[in-house]
Amino acid sequence: MSKQKAPLIYISKRKDLPWYGAWGIRGGAIILALVVCAVVTTLLTGENPLGVYAKMLEGAFGTPRKIWVLLQNTAILLCVSLALTPAFRMRFWNIGGEGQILVGGLAAAACMILLGDKLPNALLICVMTVASIAAGALWGFIPAVCKAKWNTNETLFTLMMNYVAIQLVAFFVIVWEVPKGAGKIGIINQSTESGWLPQLFGQKYLLNIIIVAILTVLVYIYLNYTKHGYEISVVGESERTARYVGIKVDRVIIRTMILSGALCGVAGLLLVGGTDHTITTTVADGRGFTAVMVAWLAKFNPPAMIFASFLLAFLDRGAGEISTAFGLNHSFSDILTGLILFFIIGSEFFISYRISFRKHASSALPAAQPPLINPSEKNGKEE
Amino acid sequence: MDHKTAAVKMRDITKSFGSVLANDRVWLNIYRGEILALLGENGSGKTTLMNMLAGIYFPDAGQIFIDGREVVIRSPKDAFDHGIGMIHQHFKLVDVLTAAENIVLGLKEPGRLNLKAVAERVNRLCKAYGFEVDPWQKVYTMSVSQKQTVEIIKVLYRGADILILDEPTAVLTPQETDKLFTVLRNMRDDGKAIVIITHKLNEVEELSDRVAILRNGQFVGDMPTKMTNTGEMTNMLVGHPVTLSIDRPEPVNPKPRIEVKNLTVRSIDGIIKLDNVSFTARSGEILGIAGISGSGQKELLESIAGLQPTETGSICYIHDDGHHEEILGKDPLSIAEMGVTLSFVPEDRLGMGLVGSMGISDNMMLRSYRRGHGFFTDRKAPAELARKVVNTLAVSTPNLDIPVRKLSGGNVQKVLVGREISSTPTVLLTAYAVRGLDINSSYEIYALLTAQKMRGAAVIYVGEDLDVLLQLSDRILVLCGGKVSGIIDGPGAKKRDVGLMMTHLGGGNTDE
Repeated sequence: MSKQKAPLIYISKRKDLPWYGAWGIRGGAIILALVVCAVVTTLLTGENPLGVYAKMLEGAFGTPRKIWVLLQNTAILLCVSLALTPAFRMRFWNIGGEGQILVGGLAAAACMILLGDKLPNALLICVMTVASIAAGALWGFIPAVCKAKWNTNETLFTLMMNYVAIQLVAFFVIVWEVPKGAGKIGIINQSTESGWLPQLFGQKYLLNIIIVAILTVLVYIYLNYTKHGYEISVVGESERTARYVGIKVDRVIIRTMILSGALCGVAGLLLVGGTDHTITTTVADGRGFTAVMVAWLAKFNPPAMIFASFLLAFLDRGAGEISTAFGLNHSFSDILTGLILFFIIGSEFFISYRISFRKHASSALPAAQPPLINPSEKNGKEE
Repeated sequence: MDHKTAAVKMRDITKSFGSVLANDRVWLNIYRGEILALLGENGSGKTTLMNMLAGIYFPDAGQIFIDGREVVIRSPKDAFDHGIGMIHQHFKLVDVLTAAENIVLGLKEPGRLNLKAVAERVNRLCKAYGFEVDPWQKVYTMSVSQKQTVEIIKVLYRGADILILDEPTAVLTPQETDKLFTVLRNMRDDGKAIVIITHKLNEVEELSDRVAILRNGQFVGDMPTKMTNTGEMTNMLVGHPVTLSIDRPEPVNPKPRIEVKNLTVRSIDGIIKLDNVSFTARSGEILGIAGISGSGQKELLESIAGLQPTETGSICYIHDDGHHEEILGKDPLSIAEMGVTLSFVPEDRLGMGLVGSMGISDNMMLRSYRRGHGFFTDRKAPAELARKVVNTLAVSTPNLDIPVRKLSGGNVQKVLVGREISSTPTVLLTAYAVRGLDINSSYEIYALLTAQKMRGAAVIYVGEDLDVLLQLSDRILVLCGGKVSGIIDGPGAKKRDVGLMMTHLGGGNTDE
């Protein structure tokens, strides 16, 4: 029999890490990510990586306007992540955020176009709000009912609802296109600004940011301190437990998805009524999917989502800047974003597990002679 | 010293999971031609220790010698190469394949697969040791005991001569247990080394030649079984002297509480699970339910608890004033709204009774979170209850917020039972309330159930340990294949009779 060795590495579950240990690992992961990105950058483009990082920071924070845009992007992404969180806590994989935002935005746009000159502005905004929330809620309600009644696969269902929403928006863009044949709607009510959400202190994005900040607090309270939030957690962990204590699982699924869709509808309202003042099929810009990542990164915890969505919005803005500044293909910035996310997500593994390497001393020694005492003797000595 | 050579010597074996030290410098010898009972309470590290022999885990430190030579076991395949085979508590068989197919599954034998030759070899093994198994039978048509036999043959077929069985009798009837023991003795006489992990002391005495005891991950001692007795073993297990007895006080003023009539239940696949079951459970009495696992116990309890769709029949709750009220077809919430305090300790603790990722306080809230009219939950009362349960039942936990799934089985069960009893139930349903619990905790639970009975609750106790069932219950209902095989009085009932009734309707006698 050949000499055998202990496994080179083996993985064991960690003791609970103190918070600073976890954040140390995460910080280390980011530093490592930046180093790897620097190497990749130098190898692929020949640019000085420090210059590239400087440009990233500049792209995100360079001017007050850029900072506002960064905050706005963070806010909308956070809003969508908050929307998905109740569903995710229930283990209902709502990946239909994109569609729910779109129909919310479409409802807002429809109100602006059809009622723009018929209602006073304040009333119009109220109608828009109700319409967006209702539309988003409907887009959440449909897959929830099918899940609750016939146990359909919610992942596929919500995904498909995205395409329905995109086609719906595409259809209405043609119906309402300005001018005819342009294939787009353009800025709605540019002259009257009716249905535009008000600007606070002259800042275009401030209202959105404040609304999302309030929503963050509300969602946090809802999930952690209310009976509804408790039911969501129980259903998410085990439907059998929920039934056992008399929770009506169907009702919780439907109620929670209405909430989830409604919050996405709010994101649609903020995008269309607050910033873009138009609707296109790309108004959601993939946020319905990016938010899935934010929610997971933050482990469905609203305060942590603030950081996660800020990080993703920052990476997006910074990466966009370097592609233009260095004349690089846009894919290059995606590579950097991907690398950084890879390290951040990967670091979670090292927070839960410890990797041990073979101890050289024990395996290098020749097989020791078996000790010449038997267990009972050993025991006798101990006691 | 060693008059026989040790087949396996484990030296200073240490293994930790996170902050839990599962095995702490354990020494153990296993000899050929001997049945070793490895005894220990829950969480004492028996299974972990054996899993390291079987290549499931890798020790943090320590040495393993097989026939005097140091070996490193990195995988189950390494273990097989050294002739070590383990039969786990949960069988690992493919249901749609036959016994023979399962036995050769994963074996890399040269040439084409010849199932006839396999069956031939299986039959030879069966004859040699006294197994009864048909190599061509599909696994999904087999009873639990047959599946276990297939698992054992699978290991023997691979040439194992060191066999480890993890709580093999937990799922067997007394008759099946006897058969298994015969087979194990045959294998021992053939010179194989056999280890059984158990916490049933009577089995240790009946079967084993030597007993080794672990406590809190440490080796306490080993001795020939003949030289010891139940009392000594228990004291070594627990670490201090204990008395084990179940008190069965006379029922107080028993009155009909739950009346089940002609209850029939089908599973989703249309299989009859309960067939025309009728009985009455009385207040102030423990009604034991005996039966081979899967004879309809789960469906019976879940039907009463309002969780099981039923086909026909009725279940009436009889109020103190003699007024009957139907509870069949109502969900748990509506039953509670009727003013019936029905508590249920289900078999699946973490999948049904508790939420594994929540702490003890939050789990206490499961029953009470609806209280109060506000939108917000009250967390003070559940935290108070959690503290009370932890103190009165001696739940060992670092705090009230640690996810309950991180607690050991016994502590999880105490949390669940504690919560269910706290509502002063009039009906208490328990399924396998002590499954996986160590001796001490089990007796604590028996005492709790008896206390509930004396309080006037109608206790329905589904159990698997017949000895306990016979000592604890005032009456015993025996289920056999979904039918009531008989209802007998607890005092004076014979284990043999109940065992027969579990396998044959009416026990094959004419007393039904």
